[in-house]
Amino acid sequence: MNTSSQRGLVWWQALTGGTEPLAGYAASLRVADAKLGDDMARYIAVVPDPHNPFPRARRGETGLIEGWSLARAVRDAIEADRDRDLRRPIVAVVDTPSQAYGRNEEAYGIHQALAAAADAYATARLDGHPVITLLAGKAMSGAFLAHGYQANRLIAFDDPQVMVHAMGRDAAARITLRSVDELDALAADIPPMAYDIHSYASLGLLWRLLAVDNPAAPGADAIAKVANVLREAVADIRGDASRGLESRLHGPLRKASADVRARLRAQWR
Amino acid sequence: MQTLAFTFPAAAPAHGRALAGVVASGDLEVLLEPAADRHISIEVTTSVEGMERTWAALFARLFAEPTRPAVRLQINDSGATPGVVSLRIAQAFDALAQEH
Amino acid sequence: MDAQRLLARRSFTELHARARAQALLDPGSFRELIDPFERLASPWLPRQGIVTQADDGLVVARGLLDGNPAVVLAIEGAFQGGSMGEVSAAKIAGSLELAAEDNRQGIPTRAAIVFETGGVRLQEANLGLAGIAEIQAAIVDLRRYQPVAGIVAGPVGCYGGMSIAAGLCSYLLVTREARLGLNGPAVIEQEAGIAEFDSRDRATIWGLSGGEQRYRSGLADRYVEDDAAQIRQALLVCMRAGRPGRCRSERHDAFLPPLSQADGARPAEPAEVIAAFGEELRA
Repeated sequence: MNTSSQRGLVWWQALTGGTEPLAGYAASLRVADAKLGDDMARYIAVVPDPHNPFPRARRGETGLIEGWSLARAVRDAIEADRDRDLRRPIVAVVDTPSQAYGRNEEAYGIHQALAAAADAYATARLDGHPVITLLAGKAMSGAFLAHGYQANRLIAFDDPQVMVHAMGRDAAARITLRSVDELDALAADIPPMAYDIHSYASLGLLWRLLAVDNPAAPGADAIAKVANVLREAVADIRGDASRGLESRLHGPLRKASADVRARLRAQWR
Repeated sequence: MQTLAFTFPAAAPAHGRALAGVVASGDLEVLLEPAADRHISIEVTTSVEGMERTWAALFARLFAEPTRPAVRLQINDSGATPGVVSLRIAQAFDALAQEH
Repeated sequence: MDAQRLLARRSFTELHARARAQALLDPGSFRELIDPFERLASPWLPRQGIVTQADDGLVVARGLLDGNPAVVLAIEGAFQGGSMGEVSAAKIAGSLELAAEDNRQGIPTRAAIVFETGGVRLQEANLGLAGIAEIQAAIVDLRRYQPVAGIVAGPVGCYGGMSIAAGLCSYLLVTREARLGLNGPAVIEQEAGIAEFDSRDRATIWGLSGGEQRYRSGLADRYVEDDAAQIRQALLVCMRAGRPGRCRSERHDAFLPPLSQADGARPAEPAEVIAAFGEELRA
């Protein structure tokens, strides 16, 4: 078994600068408010917890407790800022190998737990919170939908360990009745199927692809660089009238997405 | 995947359009639209390669007499048997007839 | 069900997507957008030698529900397992975005989504996933103005990222033929082993993720017979009720405490799930 990735925890700690995590959350969650420029931002990460009461969520997977707890962490920030003009930024630090795959997860409705998390992030964005996602490691499938994909802006490290995908290579090969080699060959031609972050960046979904020295154990310069980009993202979001995800639609490989929307609009009434 | 084309003489151009079937395993989708000239022009996209003669024989039987209205006939096929293909084509022409 | 009712029944699950949308909307009000003759099919499937469907397996239907403006998004489960590709996902997301825009301009457009899907279409992987995120964003937006109702009828069920979308709906209607879950049984068996989940054990699968269980454990709002007229009626009842005070996905206070008490290491029985969530949700 692979050891669990610690990047989410490392970057959460780096960006919160040693702030104590807020009490009352499961050990698989890190939540804290820490400075980001002139703001106090809420930083949230899902981290490995070898003692997670749900065994299928012990390596940083997003499971039942994690989904509902993410929802709570985000909604508490929305509630706290209800009467403030300037809503606090929310930063999702993402390094999640997958959603939790297990019988109990299905039994207790993991889809609903992840919906709660996606809902909270989307609600925060619509409510005027700048929501920023930092892809520090893997961002897979349902786990990413729950934790990160609803952000105003997506930032990824330009690093081989950073990847976004709908399903792991082996499983995807089995389900599409192909060998892993065939899948890789197809991915070389078809960017949305590829696993590397450069192919992902070509889809036009990222706001920034960021080169960072040693992202597994960042130094002060790397941390300062990332914090600076987060501040730029906050300013960019606050200067943008849109609270939706329109900024993701302009990539040259998303012509069909734009074409569908243009035709729907033309035929709507 | 393979794309095939066929043409047969037909009656006067159709009015309206019709659709039958879905691209499910062992099934197909048939789209009919009016053609400008007195022909049925067929385009088949099929998941099963090397079946040109089967398709040709089927269409030759279906469209031997120029009694059907002139249409552009598009087929998206996912391994349907000739029986299912004939059924969907008949359904599409029936739906076309009901439009008027 | 007596014989006469059985004969009068028109199965909804046996209908294809277009007929489902027609059955849900007020009679005569169906108008399809980006219909199959526009041939806006997947740009990614032919490059992989896969035959497309002219509507990419997604029917966008404008029309009326109880005389009110509506849009129905019906997924065709028979094409590629109802999977979400770039085009099909954009049809749903784009429609919901326009419905929300209508509401901001004073037009009370509401939406219903017929979920019949395994989730992301793996041949379009990251564009399917991105499209599902956009669907989710649009549901949360539109839901602020008008109900967004989800229907899971079967036989495919609702899985993957689209089960999360279903979890965002104002109301969720299920039939006995419905299954609703994040990870399909085969995927769990593959990822976690057969000891964790035997994908051939149909009784367990239906027991845990079938429509009746989801309804009884508070993860769906209405349990409906597989009958087109009754499903339409149930949809209209939801729409008449308007927006719920709080949607299920907004209620971490109801779900998190019982989960924090649950023994995650021991296989849960269906009755335990009903007991765990039932009381809090009904309170």
